[in-house]
Amino acid sequence: MADVIDDKIKNYRTAPFDSRFPNTNQTRNCFQNYLDFHRCNKALSSKGQDTSPCEWYQRVYKSLCPMSWVEKWNGQIEDGSFPGKI
Amino acid sequence: MAHPTQLGFQDAASPVMEELLHFHDHALMIVFLISTLVLYIIIAMVSTKLTNKYILDSQEIEIVWTILPAVILVLIALPSLRILYLMDEINDPHLTIKAMGHQWYWSYEYTDYEDLGFDSYMVPTQDLAPGQFRLLETDHRMVVPMESPIRILVSAEDVLHSWAVPSLGMKMDAVPGRLNQTAFIASRPGLFYGQCSEICGANHSFMPIVVEAVPLEHFENWSSLMLEDA
Repeated sequence: MADVIDDKIKNYRTAPFDSRFPNTNQTRNCFQNYLDFHRCNKALSSKGQDTSPCEWYQRVYKSLCPMSWVEKWNGQIEDGSFPGKI
Repeated sequence: MAHPTQLGFQDAASPVMEELLHFHDHALMIVFLISTLVLYIIIAMVSTKLTNKYILDSQEIEIVWTILPAVILVLIALPSLRILYLMDEINDPHLTIKAMGHQWYWSYEYTDYEDLGFDSYMVPTQDLAPGQFRLLETDHRMVVPMESPIRILVSAEDVLHSWAVPSLGMKMDAVPGRLNQTAFIASRPGLFYGQCSEICGANHSFMPIVVEAVPLEHFENWSSLMLEDA
């Protein structure tokens, strides 16, 4: 399972089509992957497991999300004012 | 790009725009045929010497001029819907680029691998080199590999803008807080110009877009150079 994910990350070109977000508005796609990355990190590191599978979500949100949005959210997470549930 | 006294569309640079162009030719031809027929009938009615005014009805002609327009409308609707669904096809992009609208410039982000971002300001008229286009050139162009499906995510950092490149058949509104997706394939290398298409303040007319489609190796060289400069 982990090598499948490693393979996908190694051959990563750009964020693939996600059927959960088939329409023009991709805002939620970006936000969801950002959330999923942080939730994945939190879940795996709390169990003491390797967090490298979470890199997939990171690659996807980096592809999709504007850099200014990511910086703002990172700042909010540090402040504790991030509106999403992680 | 547009040229003086231009009447039709700009030359198509993507498969979708080619389809739109052909459809427009088809629909406009139907419009011209109907208009010519109507004009002929008007002239014939106005200039006739015949004075019989007692035709009350005719089932045959009523049937013809009901069925025939319905058929014509179907002949317009079918290609139109075909292109609509073609534009909505699920594609598998090779590259994602974000186009962010600001007052009054665009910024482009290529973040699939490294974090490459740069601003694209219009070249002022007094700084143009000979042969460059007034109000259309920018200091940094959005370079893309040709013949690859590319996803563009359009958004804005302040007010509404709109990212438009007519020769690629693209226009997508840039809404703050929203990420709008569009996609294209550049069928040939070249420079494709566009302008901001949503009123956004004093310099709305002076924030153009230039897409430069190049072979893949040139794109890779360009992005390495841009990353070094940043």
